[in-house]
Amino acid sequence: MKTAVVLLPGLNRDRDMIAALTKITGRPPVTVWQTETDIPDVDLIVIPGGFSFGDYLRCGAIGARMPVMRAVAEKARQGVMVMGVCNGFQILLEAGLLPGALMRNATLKFVCREVKLEVANANTAFTRGYAAGQIIRCPVAHHDGNYFADAETLTRLEGEGQVVFRYAEGTNPNGSVNDIAGIVSREGNVLGMMPHPENLIEAAHGGNDGRALFEGALGIAA
Amino acid sequence: MTIPNTVPITEDLVSAHGLKPDEYQRILGLIGREPSFTELGIFSAMWNEHCSYKSSKRWLRTLPTKGERVIHGPGENAGVVDIGDGDCVVFKMESHNHPSYIEPYQGAATGVGGILRDVFTMGARPVAAMNALRFGEPNHPKTRHLVAGVVSGVGGYGNAFGVPTVGGEVEFDASYNGNCLVNAFAAGIAKTDGIFLSKAEGVGLPVVYLGAKTGRDGVGGATMASAEFDDQIEEKRPTVQVGDPFTEKCLLEACLELMASGAVIAIQDMGAAGLTCSAVEMGAKGDLGIELDLDKVPVREERMSAYEMMLSESQERMLMVLRPEMEDDAAAIFRKWGLDFAIVGKTTDDLRFSVLHQGEEVANLPIKELGDQAPEYDRPWLVPATPKPLADDDVPEADVADALLTLLASPNLSSRRWVWEQYDTLIQGNSLQLPGGDAGVVRVDGHATKALAFSSDVTPRYCEADPFEGGKQAVAECWRNLTATGALPLAATDNLNFGNPERPEIMGQFVRAIEGIGEACRALGFPIVSGNVSLYNETNGKGIMPTPTIGGVGLIDDWQTMKRAAFAADGEAILLVGAPPSWGTHLGQSAYLRDVHGRRDGPPPPVDLDKEKRVGDFVRRLIRDGVVTACHDLSDGGLAVALAEMAMASGVGATVNQVNDISPVPVFFGEDQGRYLVTLGIDPQGPQMADLWREADALGIFMPWIGSTGGRELKLGEARAVSVAALRDVHEGWFPTFMG
Repeated sequence: MKTAVVLLPGLNRDRDMIAALTKITGRPPVTVWQTETDIPDVDLIVIPGGFSFGDYLRCGAIGARMPVMRAVAEKARQGVMVMGVCNGFQILLEAGLLPGALMRNATLKFVCREVKLEVANANTAFTRGYAAGQIIRCPVAHHDGNYFADAETLTRLEGEGQVVFRYAEGTNPNGSVNDIAGIVSREGNVLGMMPHPENLIEAAHGGNDGRALFEGALGIAA
Repeated sequence: MTIPNTVPITEDLVSAHGLKPDEYQRILGLIGREPSFTELGIFSAMWNEHCSYKSSKRWLRTLPTKGERVIHGPGENAGVVDIGDGDCVVFKMESHNHPSYIEPYQGAATGVGGILRDVFTMGARPVAAMNALRFGEPNHPKTRHLVAGVVSGVGGYGNAFGVPTVGGEVEFDASYNGNCLVNAFAAGIAKTDGIFLSKAEGVGLPVVYLGAKTGRDGVGGATMASAEFDDQIEEKRPTVQVGDPFTEKCLLEACLELMASGAVIAIQDMGAAGLTCSAVEMGAKGDLGIELDLDKVPVREERMSAYEMMLSESQERMLMVLRPEMEDDAAAIFRKWGLDFAIVGKTTDDLRFSVLHQGEEVANLPIKELGDQAPEYDRPWLVPATPKPLADDDVPEADVADALLTLLASPNLSSRRWVWEQYDTLIQGNSLQLPGGDAGVVRVDGHATKALAFSSDVTPRYCEADPFEGGKQAVAECWRNLTATGALPLAATDNLNFGNPERPEIMGQFVRAIEGIGEACRALGFPIVSGNVSLYNETNGKGIMPTPTIGGVGLIDDWQTMKRAAFAADGEAILLVGAPPSWGTHLGQSAYLRDVHGRRDGPPPPVDLDKEKRVGDFVRRLIRDGVVTACHDLSDGGLAVALAEMAMASGVGATVNQVNDISPVPVFFGEDQGRYLVTLGIDPQGPQMADLWREADALGIFMPWIGSTGGRELKLGEARAVSVAALRDVHEGWFPTFMG
């Protein structure tokens, strides 16, 4: 299983993601710097979390315009699995690879805590390791995770099963519409989510609920 | 506007630079002429209290700083301690009190940025941060504003930089009304053979400026931090720097890449008094002169004068001496990270610090004397009076359950979740224990079993009542918190926050606290390897409580044996290790007296250091032997609060039922030192337990079996049972309600 992690200055959960992918696949991911225009053939491309370019403009707005993102878009078009977590999700939205926007948390504060996620659609390549309706634990750590989309887009997302994770049991930490925590593209090969599955994959993390997501994406039997 | 270098040097100007008349005479004597305006600025930057430690140095020298594992003690950017397998931990704590009071978000943010830079300047990747925050009383009109700003500033910088905040303190007291404390701690991990120092080596080598551009922010900041506040404090806002965590993150990655390339000979971050302090430090330590050409310094404002450039405290900047043959490689790394890189000077052999600006020499000073010949004071001090003990019959009564609920809902003992959920506690994926327990714990990246524990502690009301015992207690409490996780305490950093040292009673607090800290560190084998002194924490002549914050680091060989405070299961025996015969006795200066009865009298609990060590070593051994299932130290609020914390962390209740004929208030709320609660996974009536009791007995440690875990209520002796849910409600409620 080959994976790649996109690196942009200011991302800071790259090391977490690299460590998680290394533990799950048994080999370190390829890293791709922001100026590169080619991404090698891999099974999964991940844009990790952080504050690309400080997020001094809209979150992810500058990162989405770096050369490497054209290569990511091309790979996504070819059907390669692409996953953006936290700032990575924000970048995918800004790059137009997923619909909607992420606004400031409703509390206007950064929030780091464990939440509950409901697997809203277990019928995607990413979520096939979970059961539909399954409640999993997952940490969040963000300031701008308040998902929003217009009514028409929401209807489509909900209607076509593109909402894959929802904050459950009253744990919505940011005010996201419909408790949306993660969505996939219509083709199902691009996932964006605010929570951090890479921080819950082993005993030292106090649980491994995030692991099945990577295993699903990579087709590794759990 | 440009300030020329020809500003006449008047008495007023000298005084505005924080230099006393005798200090100015000393300058005249050293250089044999009147200083230029820029030179006066340089002296003021180097000789202020913040940079020169002129009032504290004499006493700091008495602290134990050496130990088997200590690689670098005080005097470097941070302390360095061996953790085995070729790795070391690099750490320090530093205050940003004055800036945070003036501009809480940026003051706190740049405090975090500064301490992170101290750590990675030495070649270490930061892996953990803590913050000890102290604010005025909750109903003071500025307090909420300061809490909100400081907490979001700490989070805003640390979260974006990418370091987990794993511990800290938040406390409220009227003595901080006009002077909040922001003490930032950071720790990093490096290879023992990959430590970088500030000492320059080699003549004629390029001095390189890296990082962000220089602006006018923070000009005179260190001098500001060495003065008392008055009501005109708002006028000092322009002296606070502005932080840019994105640039700092890039600077971290670029510096570590550059260090790995072998290009770096010496490196020094620009902190207080920026370019001045860093250049003088590199030259003076290496017995070299430094020549700077300010026309080469990257600036972001127009027409900056030499004076402003030399005193700017713009953040995220570094000075390095590089191998000349590797200049191109170095420049490429910095370009990749979008950072400025400029050769701004060279090392010389004349031991002069010379500064050129627009073709003119604006300063030429003896470099060694700038640092080494700073004034040093043996300030007069008064032995603080010790408060009278409480009379034997002076045990104010209260219902134990009510008092516990009052304490858990109080400003100082309630949950700090509102604060630490604004910090990224999980980033890097190595956090094993988060804030809210005894110590924060992170795994050592790249090692299968090792972890580091971090704790920050001081009890200022103890220090106020008796600085010597309070100083001891701060160290012992930190050592105890590390021990409670199973960690072996390695070393500590101190952040000494006091009032105006020119007042003998304040100087007396300082001297006695240091003596207490020194005594405890020696007894516990817990050397001080780095630190920071913050004096003049006064507003309108009223000082803060003496607050010597201790930040400690401990090593856990195998994190699978680590213990947490949460009760592990129902039906386990609870032991009070290190108890006096009646379990608890000391109510002087207790949280119970303060928060239930509004009294702040009596002496603080004394710390028996010999006993402290024996009990702690015994508890640590029990943890490592695997018989302990949960462990928590006793501190503010005594036995009752400690039990409640263990219950709230787990949801498991407990019954303490062995309290026959003992007066319940001192038992449950006494703050006697050197005590731990442990639960055991063995039969308390079985032979293994009998062996443990015999062992404890032989060590002179009293370890009564006080009750058992189980149920969903906490029942303390004869008091009514309180549900764990009700405890949590009041404990979690105070902070969010306060902040609205």
